[in-house]
Amino acid sequence: MSIAPATIPRFARGMRLREDPARSRWVVVGPERLFVPDDIALEILRLMDGARSVDAIVDDLAARFDAPREAIAADVLAMLDDLRAKGVVTA
Amino acid sequence: MTAPPPPLGLLAELTHRCPLRCPYCSNPVELSRASAELDTESWGRVFREAAALGVLQLHLSGGEPAARRDLPELVAHAARAGLYSNLITSGVLLDAPRMKALADAGLDHVQLSVQDAEEGSADRIGGLRGGHARKLAFAEAVQAAGLPLTLNAVVHRQNLDRLPELIELAITLGAGRLEVAHVQYYGWALRNRDALLPSRAQLEAATRTVTEARERLRGELVIDYVVPDYYARRPKACMGGWGRSFMAVSPAGRVLPCHAAESLPNFDFPNVRDASLADIWTHSEAFQRFRGTTWMPEPCQGCEHRERDWGGCRCQAFALTGDAANTDPACAHSPHHHLLDLAVQEASSATGDFTYREMPKLPSAV
Repeated sequence: MSIAPATIPRFARGMRLREDPARSRWVVVGPERLFVPDDIALEILRLMDGARSVDAIVDDLAARFDAPREAIAADVLAMLDDLRAKGVVTA
Repeated sequence: MTAPPPPLGLLAELTHRCPLRCPYCSNPVELSRASAELDTESWGRVFREAAALGVLQLHLSGGEPAARRDLPELVAHAARAGLYSNLITSGVLLDAPRMKALADAGLDHVQLSVQDAEEGSADRIGGLRGGHARKLAFAEAVQAAGLPLTLNAVVHRQNLDRLPELIELAITLGAGRLEVAHVQYYGWALRNRDALLPSRAQLEAATRTVTEARERLRGELVIDYVVPDYYARRPKACMGGWGRSFMAVSPAGRVLPCHAAESLPNFDFPNVRDASLADIWTHSEAFQRFRGTTWMPEPCQGCEHRERDWGGCRCQAFALTGDAANTDPACAHSPHHHLLDLAVQEASSATGDFTYREMPKLPSAV
């Protein structure tokens, strides 16, 4: 089941984005899990505020990064689908 | 020598007390009494030191951690230190109000163990009549408190055939994650190995069940599953390598590279009463002994996998070969690998009777 553009993605229960000062990075901590997002994933996760839809996240990224909106949308959907399968995100 | 990278996880074994008597308990055979346990403030200090050292995740375990009346205070200490707190519990001592108090104190996640999907069998394995029903009620209390739940199913010969039912139970209880954990055979479980080792046919069926369920439940339930050592060709990277990412603190304050390490001979494990976690992590002999690769014997020393599996599990090497510095016999390259096949053969003709976990008898009053 793919994620619809109007969906509002959220962190799954128990998943938190936090700074990891000892290692100078950001991580998602969860139930006996730890994800280290790459720069692009981190941009997406930071925009996931429980209010923005997938569309709104894509709009924000398209305004800030020099890439076609369709390409950004495809990347965002693929990443959210992967994070959903891993139990990090609900969408 | 450069300082090792900081640990990511800390397992706090708050107590060895537990109302269950599982025959595969991961606690040491020599259990600590309540009078030897660290007090609330000492644990609070340990949590703060852990966070300062770089630990992100704290596992509150036991024994049964809820046997400690100060559990909500301990959770609050963890939250104030900024640690992600995970309660590893049998669920049988926690009702809805106590669960809510833990959530209010800042608990992040609950991992509930079940012994089987079938009540009679679950109660027999856990050695506590009525235990399974209490666990089901507890899972509801976790939901009511709004906390995420992982179901931990320890599997072995006497329950592995009900893996499909265990997966259904995880869904019914609202778990987001299921850990299918094969028994690891040291300590109590080694004593019960003949009664617990699954057959190869059981194992293959279980692996198929997990593969099918992962596909069917994608996005709904995450299933963690690892092929057990006795049927593996490569050892697991136990604890991600000795002293590389993990430390455990025993009820009495001893700091260990693995919660089972207390059973290893010729170690003087440092205590949080005497030294800081940072000092212990970086400088103690116990943490340095099997860290990295220089300690390794052949065939590990010349092996291309040595920085992937870190030689496997020291406790298993000791339990099966008598020398903790040997290559883990789970590795097909170990000269002791045949011991695992032998154990599987022996278990196939053994009965299912258990030696239950017991506290040592109290010395008689004088």
